[in-house]
Amino acid sequence: MNDLQTEVRNVIEGEPVALFMKGTPQMIMCGNSKRALDALRRAGAPVTTVDILPDPAIRQELSAQSGWPTIPQIFVKGELIGGADITEELEASGELERKLEEALGTDYRDSREEKVVSLV
Amino acid sequence: MTLLESLLRAAFPDASVVEVVDRTGGGDHFHVTVVSGQFAGLSLVDQHKLVYAALAEPLADGTIHELRITTRVEGP
Repeated sequence: MNDLQTEVRNVIEGEPVALFMKGTPQMIMCGNSKRALDALRRAGAPVTTVDILPDPAIRQELSAQSGWPTIPQIFVKGELIGGADITEELEASGELERKLEEALGTDYRDSREEKVVSLV
Repeated sequence: MTLLESLLRAAFPDASVVEVVDRTGGGDHFHVTVVSGQFAGLSLVDQHKLVYAALAEPLADGTIHELRITTRVEGP
């Protein structure tokens, strides 16, 4: 297993909520990444973001592992939630908060913090 | 019928709704809606993966720059 493969897997499996996006929360480079981040923030999720833009290999490796071709990609406790459309849809129906409570505990909002992980 | 619409029609022959909206008029930002019985029992992730699979070629060759997807299970 190469390093990037391990690093991507560690983020997916190790972070409570992982958002692979274009850019960072400070400088978002894509509207869909913003839609996903906004929905996660409204749900009070503790988001760990990974910018996939610095190296095309990150996106390649990520899609190989997830089977999802586009960015952003959102994972909760290692489970692929989807992209921006599904995240917004789940947020609107209240399903996203229910999923977060189920995966992280009902007090998940308390630990609310944002983290940025760099893979290169 | 546009390329995207015909690919979706071919992948979801039972679909009651196949809608393709060119969001910006530029021919590369699309919102597709599919209502099909094939989605029954599937998670949203798996439903969207079927749509991605149907559109794999235009996604890979850059015809689609950005894609929004709405899927619904065909009602009884």
